[in-house]
Amino acid sequence: MVAEIDQSACIEMRQISKSFPGVKALDSVDFKLYPGEVHALLGENGAGKSTLIKILTGALERSTGDIWVDHNKCDFRTTGDAQSAGISTVYQEVNLIPAMSVTKNLTLEKISGRFGYVSWRKARTMAREKLKRLNVDIDIEQPVGSYSVAIQQLVAIARALDDDTKVLVLDEPTASLDAQETANLFAIINDLKSKGIAVVFITHFLDQVYAISDRITVLRNGKKVGTDLATNISRKDLIAMMIGRELGDVEAAFSTKGTGATGETVLQANQLGKKRTLDGFDLELKAGEAVGLAGLLGSGRTEMCKLIFGAIKADTGNLVVFGNSTNRTNPRNSLDLGIAFCPEDRKSEGLVGELSIRENIIISMQSKQGWLKPISRKEQERIADEMIASLGIATPDADKPVGQLSGGNQQKVVLARALASSPKILLLDEPTRGIDVGAHAEILTLIRKLCEQGLALLVASSELDEVVASSDRVVVLRDRAKIGELQAGSITRDNIIQMIAGTDNV
Amino acid sequence: MSSVSQPSTPVWKRISQSRAIWPILALVVILIVDGFISPNFYNIRIVEGRLFGNLIDIVYRAVPTALVALGMAIVIGTKGIDLSVGSIIAISGAIIAWRIQAGDNHVVILAYAVIAGGLCGVWNGTLVAFLGIQPIIATLILMVSGRGVGMLINLIYGGTDPSFESAFLQGLSTGSIGYIPTRILLFIAIFIALWLVVRKTALGLFVESVGGNAAASNLAGINARRIIFVSYVICGVMAGWAGMIMTADTHTSDPVSVALYIELDAILAVVIGGGSLMGGRIYLGMTVIGALVIQALTTSILISGLPPEYNLIIKALVVLFVLLLQSDNARKQIVALFRGKHNE
Amino acid sequence: MSLKKIIAAAIVSSSAIIAGTASAQTIGFSQVGSEGDWRPAFSANMQETASDYGVDLKFANAQGKQEEQLRAVRAFIAQGVDAIIIAPVVVTGWDQVLQEAKEAEIPVFLVDRDVDVEDKSLYVTRISADFNLEGRLAGAWLAAESLGDCKIVELQGTTGSAPAIERNGGFQAVIDQFPAMEIVATQSGDFTTEGGKRVMEAFIKSTNNLEGICASFAHNDNMQLGAIQAMKEAGLNPGEDVLMVSVDYVPAIMDAIAAGDANASVELRSAVGEFIYPVILDYLENPRELDKWIVIPSDLHTAN
Repeated sequence: MVAEIDQSACIEMRQISKSFPGVKALDSVDFKLYPGEVHALLGENGAGKSTLIKILTGALERSTGDIWVDHNKCDFRTTGDAQSAGISTVYQEVNLIPAMSVTKNLTLEKISGRFGYVSWRKARTMAREKLKRLNVDIDIEQPVGSYSVAIQQLVAIARALDDDTKVLVLDEPTASLDAQETANLFAIINDLKSKGIAVVFITHFLDQVYAISDRITVLRNGKKVGTDLATNISRKDLIAMMIGRELGDVEAAFSTKGTGATGETVLQANQLGKKRTLDGFDLELKAGEAVGLAGLLGSGRTEMCKLIFGAIKADTGNLVVFGNSTNRTNPRNSLDLGIAFCPEDRKSEGLVGELSIRENIIISMQSKQGWLKPISRKEQERIADEMIASLGIATPDADKPVGQLSGGNQQKVVLARALASSPKILLLDEPTRGIDVGAHAEILTLIRKLCEQGLALLVASSELDEVVASSDRVVVLRDRAKIGELQAGSITRDNIIQMIAGTDNV
Repeated sequence: MSSVSQPSTPVWKRISQSRAIWPILALVVILIVDGFISPNFYNIRIVEGRLFGNLIDIVYRAVPTALVALGMAIVIGTKGIDLSVGSIIAISGAIIAWRIQAGDNHVVILAYAVIAGGLCGVWNGTLVAFLGIQPIIATLILMVSGRGVGMLINLIYGGTDPSFESAFLQGLSTGSIGYIPTRILLFIAIFIALWLVVRKTALGLFVESVGGNAAASNLAGINARRIIFVSYVICGVMAGWAGMIMTADTHTSDPVSVALYIELDAILAVVIGGGSLMGGRIYLGMTVIGALVIQALTTSILISGLPPEYNLIIKALVVLFVLLLQSDNARKQIVALFRGKHNE
Repeated sequence: MSLKKIIAAAIVSSSAIIAGTASAQTIGFSQVGSEGDWRPAFSANMQETASDYGVDLKFANAQGKQEEQLRAVRAFIAQGVDAIIIAPVVVTGWDQVLQEAKEAEIPVFLVDRDVDVEDKSLYVTRISADFNLEGRLAGAWLAAESLGDCKIVELQGTTGSAPAIERNGGFQAVIDQFPAMEIVATQSGDFTTEGGKRVMEAFIKSTNNLEGICASFAHNDNMQLGAIQAMKEAGLNPGEDVLMVSVDYVPAIMDAIAAGDANASVELRSAVGEFIYPVILDYLENPRELDKWIVIPSDLHTAN
């Protein structure tokens, strides 16, 4: 029994399955793509999005199932096969060579002419044409690494696009872009759409899904939950499809506010700052309160956390921690003072991917004790198991390399490490970045729980709703300076936006 | 809390999955091949009050390389490399010959040799950790200049005849205690001491953490620079010990040619033992196996009777084979090749 | 161009005046470099003995670089020296500069290594020791000592180096004359004590304690010294159980020979000024065709 091929689809994937040893990553998934549509592919981490995309782009071979491209049955063995069939991909980690010029990055695999002779004039022309398609106007002789992530993203898209590109896959393209940059990208996507290119769009930001997508497909645990027009699926339905439980839980987690009963001041920053990084700021943290840190990307959120932690050395002001004044801190001293920090970028600053979960969890605690007083293996295991249980880290055992965990679980390990050093003050930079909705809610619940246990928290976040929902007080940043604070009663979305936008701009 | 009692994995499965299996297998294969090359290869008897035979020779000769490789394993664990170990051996050897000529107490001279190695490590560590010079360049400086320093030290006492006799040092290097060569006992003692420092303190974990991700380690409160510095000092000290053993072995200081290319053998030993030049892991025991593989190979070439022109080619081929065995990817490809179909 | 010539001529004439007044011959010596023990001793000997022959020696050390050597030779030509000595760093690339010397009518003498030029008339002669002869001397001594019946282990120099190839060739040529003489094991000890010791240890195991072996031939003394240590550690008596013959005749092997641990060593002379200067001075007085290779004799030293 063979069903008819959908004549209007440019891609049809039918009954795709993929097994890895011990895991069925995809289970009989159907997926169709029509020319000129933006199709959002959603699901929690581990739902099978990446596997499906990798099969579509030839990076992985499917175990079973069939793929048709323009009604022709295809069998991709390499990414090159898929590319020549008109399927291009831009991965989350931008695959550019930072030290090479834009020209070289754009033309790398296409320029070697006859006898290996390279015409740089031709290459430059080719590069300009590619960028022109996206209306990007930059100096193509500069190294790619000298441009912002947003521009790099566009260069990567320009590189992926060919004259005959039918399908463009964008894996988390907006993860490191701010609102303006995202808007630019969307304009470009709409333009591509009008040219008949089908775009597969993977993201965690639900707002963006509704802003740009025509249709949505949701995967869960390797199976397809459903596909429908974006206008037919409500936000609540979508979240329910993704996490498969009543939204009530999530909403409850979002709205658990603290009692407001805060303790004594544990940390006080006086005009702490560093030139060209963050203007000197005053800040007070009290035991048992969660202070939100709001601002646009680049406003200085990360910098504030790092200045307090001593990962960036301040050149003005000082810090009073538990009554002791200090102006030269470093991460090690901060740990001794009872401050812990969870960095934003798990991969480059948070975890040591090769080390086990256990080792990653105890390492801050160990460095606090010094190298001469090792924590015994037994004690390490006890702490790790305790953290795995209490934070709900999904792993068969504590000795798995942390790099193999999903994003949300990695984030929990970073948090576990900070907590294992028994801090009194916890600085969290984007604790929910790039993780799925379920883990998101769990981490917010956890933050609240920690507050109740008397910790002082500073939580930097780019998601306003999250800041509004979980903060007792909000510090607002703009253009590398602290511009104000909102107290318990007045924390609303609108108030924060107004503050960031500036009073004269309302 | 989640004290889930895990079913213990069967022993054979753990062995076959362990990365240790491949270098050990390589060592066993080399030794079996040796048995075919030389019928009395496995004979061990007692000569001049010590065990005597090819197998003993392999362990005996592997000691200096293994010492250097252990230090190298730690440096490589930090994502670094130390090319200067051969030069450090030359310097510590020259200091031994010089101080013996000067008439110092030989126990004190041993301390000088090891401390000299440590100071060389301080130099390397300062360049890498505190001045931020790339390890390969930073240690290249001492690699190039160190043998010259050794020759200058020889010149201090005229440099005509840098040979010497020392009952104490030669006892350590070529003597034996109860049939067992002293250097093997010395090696075991140093290995245990190093293992205690690396694994029974948190140093090993810190080294692996810094090698795996220096930025993250810094934020976790580890002073990455200090860890990197210490690793080079340890590497220098290990080279100092190797220098003592090699110099006392030949009774002479020969800075120009002593331990030539030992840095390459040491790096190979680390890699054969499963270490990665990308840093992040230290395998002390397996590094020793790696050194034994290299020495077994060298010894078998020597007894094989093949013309010396083939030595380096054979060594390269066998090392390549061992490394291919170790690579999961290559193993799969080879298996697929034999099955004649594409592997899934 | 013409200005250059004038200057060169001026330099030539002025240095000719100086040379004339001192009534000494001015000789330029372009040395390869100063690697190893032997070469610095060779350079020192050339400089020390120059005055004995009334030679004004202009010494230039090329630090192992051919372009330095070419520059030095051209400087000698411009200075108008009476003769030029070259210890070449490599065999090729000399045609042009030797042609320039010939045009300036300055005779060139090679020492140590050879050069590879089309026109052999570009240099007068090569004066050097003969590695092959060293091998033959060692072989001949061994043949005499063992009455032409001997199983030999050989410790080769660095694989592929000229001394290793030549010494092996000369030695082999002699023992081929004796049916009962045979090299049973050969390996490279890289010219080092460490290497010699390592190789001999392996030989001891593979030949069951050197059973039936009557001699050890080493391409240099350092390796032989290592071999002696290895044999002693295995309870053998080098010099008695096994005949020990090597090349170089360094001070340490003299001690070993005196102590009976070694039997013979062929001297590789570093004091060669007394062989080189007379040939050159004689040629300058009476220019004529010479053999293209004048061999500096090698002597074999034993305990007697």
